[in-house]
Amino acid sequence: MTDEVILQVKNLRTYFHVDEGVVKAVDGLSFDLHRGETLGIVGESGSGKSVTNLSIINMIPSPPGKIAGGEVLFMGKDMLKMSTNDIRKIRGNKISMIFQDPMTSLNPFLRISTQMIETITLHQGLDEKAAKAKAIEMLKLAGIPSPEKRIDQYPHQFSGGMRQRVMIAMSLSCDPEILIADEPTSALDVTIQAQILDLMRELTSRLGTAVILITHSLGVVAGMCDNLCVMYAGRIAERGATDKIFADPKHPYTQGLIKSVPRLDKASGDRLFSIRGQPPNVIDLPDCCPFYPRCDRTMDICKRKYPTTTDLGSGRFVNCWLYNSEEK
Amino acid sequence: MTKFIIRRFLSLIPTMFVIITLSFFLIRFAPGGPFSSEKKLPEAVLQNILKKYHMDESMPMQYLRYFNDVLHGDFGPSYKYKESTVNELIAQSFPNSIVLGSVALALAVFAGIGVGITSALRQNRWQDYLAMSLAVIGISVPLFVIGPVLQLAFSMQLKWLPVSGWYGRKWPLTLILPALTLSFPYFAYIARLSRASILEVLRSDYVRTARAKGLKESAVVLKHVLKGALLPVVSYLGPAFSGIITGSIVVESVFVVPGVGRIFVQSALNRDYTLIMGEVIVYSLILVVMNFAVDIVYGFLDPRISYK
Repeated sequence: MTDEVILQVKNLRTYFHVDEGVVKAVDGLSFDLHRGETLGIVGESGSGKSVTNLSIINMIPSPPGKIAGGEVLFMGKDMLKMSTNDIRKIRGNKISMIFQDPMTSLNPFLRISTQMIETITLHQGLDEKAAKAKAIEMLKLAGIPSPEKRIDQYPHQFSGGMRQRVMIAMSLSCDPEILIADEPTSALDVTIQAQILDLMRELTSRLGTAVILITHSLGVVAGMCDNLCVMYAGRIAERGATDKIFADPKHPYTQGLIKSVPRLDKASGDRLFSIRGQPPNVIDLPDCCPFYPRCDRTMDICKRKYPTTTDLGSGRFVNCWLYNSEEK
Repeated sequence: MTKFIIRRFLSLIPTMFVIITLSFFLIRFAPGGPFSSEKKLPEAVLQNILKKYHMDESMPMQYLRYFNDVLHGDFGPSYKYKESTVNELIAQSFPNSIVLGSVALALAVFAGIGVGITSALRQNRWQDYLAMSLAVIGISVPLFVIGPVLQLAFSMQLKWLPVSGWYGRKWPLTLILPALTLSFPYFAYIARLSRASILEVLRSDYVRTARAKGLKESAVVLKHVLKGALLPVVSYLGPAFSGIITGSIVVESVFVVPGVGRIFVQSALNRDYTLIMGEVIVYSLILVVMNFAVDIVYGFLDPRISYK
């Protein structure tokens, strides 16, 4: 990880216009990603994690979705203002993605070779033969046994874990600056999860790829990420270095999340802690702190106004009135 | 694969056997017979006729005799069209129906898939609304309305195409209007079918992956969407082809086409046993062979299907 910022998301807002109203799936999100950094985005289902990453490469299905504002600066250029042609040259090339469900993310009608080669020839300008050699090399790196043979097979001939390895090989085949992994292990069973995470960590650190890892698992984040964004209802509750957040969580939501992880070293007969209540419905959310109905330390202002971001120093930011000195 | 094709092909034999046996007896159990509708014949004459067509024998005997003839490729004499055999009648009418049906189906497939793609990619825009309104018209307006309307427009008003007829110096212009009419409901169905399945595939995860790889939208559609989306259309083609050949009686009447549809209906009304049987056998043969072909094509399109 270096100090060079390669991706800067500023005040990103993605709204979905549905019959019931406006769903503010992502509302005023900001973070920086440095070269070679691994950034985790955690949050519950529906907190806007996946919408964030689809917004970054401008792939929000529209209608009903619309990026209502903000900037996504990749190497200083705003991706939201780029032409479709220009952004296509970045997708799969400079910024690539892997998705949650490896069983459905590969085209069942096309050979692995076809699917890998088309990416490589498109972005790297290699001919078929060189692209195939490159694809085989990537499969080998991703731990697929006898890749020369396997590459000509179809996705249904691979297991779930193997398919995710193929996805990783494919996404890294153009040597991207950023890999966005959207819950890459959620659909896999536990033993395979660890293998896939190890593989991602090893390959991305070898290639110097920055990673945005989207997950709802704090365990995965703790093991993988340099920095962390905790999302709640489309906004960032807290962000900073992973070890600092785990050691001293500031936002009541983060505190609740970390308290609700079962721990072997402190096992006792007590019930596991859980945050009371449900995540809010994000349709036409009023301008309050979305967490206040579930928070133990609610103040008056929490119900009236969304907290401004407080800079706690050394790269830590929190959106909570508890830490806001200009509290009105 | 070869093994599968051979086995699948051999399974056509029992299917055909069952069809022939069932229809042989079913027709004979239906009330009336080929000679019962005419004015009362003298008993001796009737006996002579029955004897000539071996209808005085027992049913199983007749069946065996008929089956043997069929195996030798002989469908027997027609009971009504006394100067021709069933083989001749079929040989005269089937080719016309096949030409008409193939042209109509080809039109329906190309136009249907094209319109289906356009409407799926322009979902809920005017192109989509226009295409789907056309499809609803195609499905709901009967052929005996569409046919005369086309005749009025293209033959009577514009005078571009002949009103009706088949052979003659206007051929193949005479083919255009009936084929167009016949293709309309099939076109409409294929357009709706392909639109629906393209929309489904467009929302699938693997299409999202293809877009995230930076492929152009045209490449996404041509390479990643169509193959999976057109499978339902392919499986519809088998029954559609056999249906379009025999189901054209209305079109044949409107445009005076000497096809198989009219003979089929006439033979059923006349209880012309041998002619009905001949038509049924040829029709079912086309149906099972088309389904067989669709199965084979399916195997090439969908790699998940393995033939063992």
